[in-house]
Amino acid sequence: MRRRYLAVRVESEASVNREELTDAVWRAVTQLFGEYGASQVGLVVIEYDEQNGRGVVRCSHKAVPMVKASIASITKIDGKSAAIRVLGVSGTLKALHKRYG
Amino acid sequence: MTATRGFGDLHLRPPLSDMERVKRMVAKSAELGFRLVGVTLPYNASLEVVEKLRKICAEVDVDLATRIDLAPKASNELLDDLRRFRRRFELVSVVCTSKSVARQAAKDRRVDLLSFPSSERRQRFFDRAEAELASGALASLEVDMAPLLLLEGFQRARLLSCLRREVAIAEGFKVPITVCSGATSEQLLRNPSDFVALASLFDMASERALEALSEVPFAIVRRNREKLSPDFVAPGIRVVRRGDCCRSG
Repeated sequence: MRRRYLAVRVESEASVNREELTDAVWRAVTQLFGEYGASQVGLVVIEYDEQNGRGVVRCSHKAVPMVKASIASITKIDGKSAAIRVLGVSGTLKALHKRYG
Repeated sequence: MTATRGFGDLHLRPPLSDMERVKRMVAKSAELGFRLVGVTLPYNASLEVVEKLRKICAEVDVDLATRIDLAPKASNELLDDLRRFRRRFELVSVVCTSKSVARQAAKDRRVDLLSFPSSERRQRFFDRAEAELASGALASLEVDMAPLLLLEGFQRARLLSCLRREVAIAEGFKVPITVCSGATSEQLLRNPSDFVALASLFDMASERALEALSEVPFAIVRRNREKLSPDFVAPGIRVVRRGDCCRSG
């Protein structure tokens, strides 16, 4: 399975931890595309820095549009008002880090 | 994407009573890549408020377009509103809450944006007849993303279904579409590529969505500024020189 890596930045009124981020992204994918759709996404939060809100989400290359739409649809994380911005997408972690730090 | 195109969000709805929040929203829009924002103003907005807004926008190098959202109950009320307000605002949006208002708005060349706020299919009047009227005038179909972000479950599914149908009709009749945030807070703002991803949920092709965020809003504002200019006579005709030197005899 080819994979894609999405650099994301969490903007929230309160701090968000990795579990809450994972939960929010999974919930958004499931709400928009259902359990069957979510099962095809191959979604994993592989990095997340709670201090600056930056993280990396991995998914299947075919699921990038689904994941981008799902992430953009998030308005709350664990009941707190929040937004997640997708900073960019890359085929390798190395290239992602090079471009988005 | 951002390097080659300028993006415009024609529908910001910040609370004008809280200028700090307005400032944050405009700054966030600029940070997300927008170079043009349309801010909804009340019909009696003072010049002072408009000047304050212009200053806030200029600080972050964003172009401000003043906008009014008309929500008439009947078509003659819409005509009255257009007579009163068209020349005072750079953008005029009509919130279509009845079929007669929707039809009048679609054929009136003073209307820039047609807005359908309800997620109830029977309350949305953008059908083939509406699109045909709009295609002969200048109105664009406005798609606000805020309801898509705020609704959940069955209601969001219903809204997506309506948007899918309306976008397909608009494209069929070559009615321009504008994608806007409709945001009342920073949390509802998204960058252009996020809007493109969200637009894919109602089957809007990414190139069309990019146009709806860039070329279309800029074209509307450019056209209206030209019309509001004192030199405007008619489309394609404008005064280029005034004074004694122009007299033939």
